[in-house]
Amino acid sequence: MNGHTNPRTAALLSVSDVHVAYGKVEAVRAVSLDVADNEIVTIVGANGAGKSTLLNAIMGILPLKGTAAFAGQDIAPLDIEDRVAAGLSLVPEHRELFATMNVEDNLQLGAFRIAKSKAAAAFERVYHLFPRLKERRKQLAGTLSGGEQQMLAMGRALMGTPKLLMLDEPSLGLAPIIVADIFRIIGELRANGVSVLLVEQNARAALEIADRAYVMELGEFILSGPAREIAANARVAASYLGFQHEGASGI
Amino acid sequence: MNTTIMLFLVQDGITNGAIYALLGLALVLVFAVTRVILIPQGEFVTYGALTYASLSAGQFPGTARLALAMGIVAFGFDIYVARKSLRRRLVGRAIIVNIALPAIVFALTYALVGHPSGIAVNIALSLAIVAMIGLFLYRIAFQPIAHTSVLVLLIASVGCHLAMQGFGLLFFGAEGQRGPALSNAAFTLGPLRFTGQSIAVYVVTAAFIVGLWLFFGFTLTGKALRATAVNRLGARLVGIRTTLAGQLAFLMAALIGAVSGILIVPITTLYYDTGFLIGLKGFVAAIIGGLVSYPLTAVAALVVGIVEAFSSFYASDFKEVIVFTLILPVLVLRSLAQPAVEEEKD
Amino acid sequence: MAMPQRLPILLFALVMAAIPFVPGMPPFWIVLLDNIGLSALVAMGLVLLTGVGGLTSFGQAAFCGFGAYTTAVLTTTYGLSPWLTLPLSLLVSGIAAVVLGLVTVRLSGHYLPLGTIAWGIGLFYLFSKLEFLGRNDGISGIPPLSIGSLRMIDPGTIYFAIWIAVLIAALLTMNLLDSRTGRAIRALRRGHIAAEAFGVHAPRAKLLVFIYAAVLAGLSGWLYAHFVRAANPTPFGAQAGIEYLFVAVVGGAGYVWGGVLGAAIVVILKEVLQSYLPLIFGGSSQLETIVFGILLVTLLQLAPTGVWPWLMARLPFTPIRKRPDMSLTLPPRSRATATPSVLLQIDHARKQFGGVIAVNDVSFDVQAREIVALIGPNGAGKSTTFNLITGVLTASSGRISVLGKAINNAPPQDIVKLGISRTFQHVKLVPDMTVLENVAIGAHLRGHCGAISSMFRLDRADEARLLAEAARQIERVGLGEQINQLAGSLSLGQQRIVEIARALCVDPILLLLDEPAAGLRHMEKQQLASLLRQLRDGGMSVLLVEHDMGFVMDLADRIVVLDFGTKIAEGTPGAIKSNPDVIKAYLGAVA
Repeated sequence: MNGHTNPRTAALLSVSDVHVAYGKVEAVRAVSLDVADNEIVTIVGANGAGKSTLLNAIMGILPLKGTAAFAGQDIAPLDIEDRVAAGLSLVPEHRELFATMNVEDNLQLGAFRIAKSKAAAAFERVYHLFPRLKERRKQLAGTLSGGEQQMLAMGRALMGTPKLLMLDEPSLGLAPIIVADIFRIIGELRANGVSVLLVEQNARAALEIADRAYVMELGEFILSGPAREIAANARVAASYLGFQHEGASGI
Repeated sequence: MNTTIMLFLVQDGITNGAIYALLGLALVLVFAVTRVILIPQGEFVTYGALTYASLSAGQFPGTARLALAMGIVAFGFDIYVARKSLRRRLVGRAIIVNIALPAIVFALTYALVGHPSGIAVNIALSLAIVAMIGLFLYRIAFQPIAHTSVLVLLIASVGCHLAMQGFGLLFFGAEGQRGPALSNAAFTLGPLRFTGQSIAVYVVTAAFIVGLWLFFGFTLTGKALRATAVNRLGARLVGIRTTLAGQLAFLMAALIGAVSGILIVPITTLYYDTGFLIGLKGFVAAIIGGLVSYPLTAVAALVVGIVEAFSSFYASDFKEVIVFTLILPVLVLRSLAQPAVEEEKD
Repeated sequence: MAMPQRLPILLFALVMAAIPFVPGMPPFWIVLLDNIGLSALVAMGLVLLTGVGGLTSFGQAAFCGFGAYTTAVLTTTYGLSPWLTLPLSLLVSGIAAVVLGLVTVRLSGHYLPLGTIAWGIGLFYLFSKLEFLGRNDGISGIPPLSIGSLRMIDPGTIYFAIWIAVLIAALLTMNLLDSRTGRAIRALRRGHIAAEAFGVHAPRAKLLVFIYAAVLAGLSGWLYAHFVRAANPTPFGAQAGIEYLFVAVVGGAGYVWGGVLGAAIVVILKEVLQSYLPLIFGGSSQLETIVFGILLVTLLQLAPTGVWPWLMARLPFTPIRKRPDMSLTLPPRSRATATPSVLLQIDHARKQFGGVIAVNDVSFDVQAREIVALIGPNGAGKSTTFNLITGVLTASSGRISVLGKAINNAPPQDIVKLGISRTFQHVKLVPDMTVLENVAIGAHLRGHCGAISSMFRLDRADEARLLAEAARQIERVGLGEQINQLAGSLSLGQQRIVEIARALCVDPILLLLDEPAAGLRHMEKQQLASLLRQLRDGGMSVLLVEHDMGFVMDLADRIVVLDFGTKIAEGTPGAIKSNPDVIKAYLGAVA
């Protein structure tokens, strides 16, 4: 968890002065953020702080004001589908799986925008990361357990061979033991050449695997820096990490 | 009961039921992918039938003009929406799909009218015209409000039905028309007489059902349409264009409607507003199928056709009453079978 | 600018009353206004039914038919006075609504509108085939309405009858919406589970709006019959039914005045098209439906929620929202005199969905003044257990008892009467209702006034007490600032807290909380924990599902762990933390 101290030199994703409004309410205000190649960046903050809104706006689900560039291309005028084709991928909070289709079909559709010839290799890579999905490949997505659904959602996103994977609350509602597994895999993605932008309420776990972090409150970034420094910040510790609970989840 | 009469009624019912099955399938398809309850399905039937009949009679069908006009409007919509980032590929696609295609079909139709042309050519032209109208209808009327509630989509659907029925009257007049049969062959089997036309109805229906099953089960495009039906956001997140999925669904529905129309126009006289009632009976089948199940819809359609045939024989005054109230007990059974479904609306 | 709510209505009534006396008013305009009023009556019923209650009906024209044909037959064949047939027309429409409603309102989702199309068309054909209704020709020679010697023959006199009916209907509808029953109806559009958890009888409430809408349509039909003095099937067919729905949607399906505005737009639009299109394009009359259809689609694209809300958003008026008088109190819910120490006992409860066992012979109990936590991975059966306790689902086998008495698959409406209230994992608030209104639904069973008394405003004292109680619970959970905000504008974490306030309005003995801390910050979680402790110390018990182990371990007196539907452990937080099975299945390596 080191290196990449100056992400601006090789920003994969770069958004600056972004505003996102939900009707009349501005949920995100004047936010700027970078993610470099091979970097894991996390945004921590309470639910309602605007983290998911920001991810959704970067993906194109919500309209944003400001500039957003991905791999050197201005993505603001692009539809969601074109952003996917450009190598940007989001695993949303509610996972949005195709519940009545089986695991294999879900994964196959994940490769909808890449060449058929590349899909076989993508299958292999995803099954290697999530052996459980291979065991369940004929099972309907809706009948999977919560942890397996999260794996499938991540697997489906990875099938499209994205350059940047955005994860919205991947640990939500999962057993602490599965959460550990998910975070281990997120850590491994870097080796596959995928950058990660992680939104997480489980701030402690997120800060442990991230290179850098932003702290979001009421729609604005109030702090940013290397993850270790953020974790050590007294205010962050009090608001988001809580006092050390003995036996609190072991990640 | 006289067996011959019964067999005859069953045969009649199955022929009609097969048409209802086709329409029911189209309705299910469109609803699943776009949440639109396609009231104008009946107009696709009328347009298909009467375009074919007009061409066969050597007249230029107004629908070709409508397709071209709708294409131009659709082009305007495409360009307006993309005005901030007009890329060459996008404009190129808009020109080809919205302008070039209907213009070519228009020109072909224009060139061929009056010349004695084969049934196959007339059918192909009719299908092309109606399919394009379906595609553009989605682009113009529904794509801009695709995110709204089922209710709003339904009302828009009614608006489209009214406008299209009005165009139908404008193009084809108030008189009924018939078209030439695909084949004049016929044979008898026991007391029953099978015409080539009724055999065509069975074969085409069966082929469509098998074709749709293969398409949705085994092709990536078919799976993408299903994925759009199951989860729109999920589909967009893997890069499936739900707008294209909607256009494709409408195109297929229009095609199915036109095929149904061409199949029945040699058997019954069709008027500009006949399609509505035929479409509604397809609906009854689709509703019984729960707007989700293709096989159930097909079976229900046959039942509707047979019930209709029998009630027109025994209580012809109350034929429609019987057909339309048929769905109430079915609906009640369905909702009793799955009572605790929580709908998340809007 | 703030404005008293009823002032605009008075102004509107005065304007409408003055219109016929304007010198030089073309009689043709009065006919249009008559038609608008007739259409508005039906649309208003649809506003309540479809826009507010979420029940889409294409069949309203058929109810107009019942009203019209009833008076047509009775006045022509039996010579009854039109005023005598008014209650009978309304009654026949109402009875038809009960019969059709009993079948229809139980339909869920899209079956409902389609079911209404079906019987709408069926009834149209019935009207046109029955001998005593005159078949396709219908019935003519219906006498006009008359008061003394005033015979309402011309459009200018029946105008008053029509518009008085519209105004009265509007007032009654608004009163109904702004009441305990109205809140219940408004809550139904978002699904019935939350409303039923607080004692709303969903099918009954739906049937009520269904009948109400049908009676308004019947009234419109009755007026129509005496206006045109004839009845034939055409105006009561599917096309008309569809058109009424359009009127409501174009005006704004959720708004009483949207119905009136929609009627005005559609009636005038059709008239203009009919009279001017032939002038522009020559005699082809089919253009009218084409242009009408196209304009309709265009209108929906420009204002998909209808014209009324679009218009209101552009007016500089804000409605005055009074704060409830907090000095009023509700009497506490009556409860058993001797409270046993075991509140809730779950004994080998089992729930199977097809081949999947979601809850597998689970047993545990909740004692008085105790906080019990239910933990386990997603899909372990926690929410299913909640649904079994609250009657949303019925157990396949096993026994669940409250205060020693088995609940025997009682429905949710009965469970809440026992003093068990809940929150939901996926927040189930009505986003376009205020926090106060949402929370007041929790006190539904503690009010008594029904639909009729609220229509006539006899419910005000009862209503004030309910709102006071709701306000008190909102203050208690610390959301006093947000009381008049729309629930949908709050953050998800705050919405969960609103759900707790709503549950507290029941005056419960046992509170079931499904992931209450999700979405809260550390400090907010601490505030929530202290509120829950305070409730426990005041005598309430809490059963909660939660994933935040820090929160659970600090707060719970006892923890039950589920995994794959089976209870794998139960004990104090300390014991659970070191239980090897729990560590293996759920917690993972302990830090």
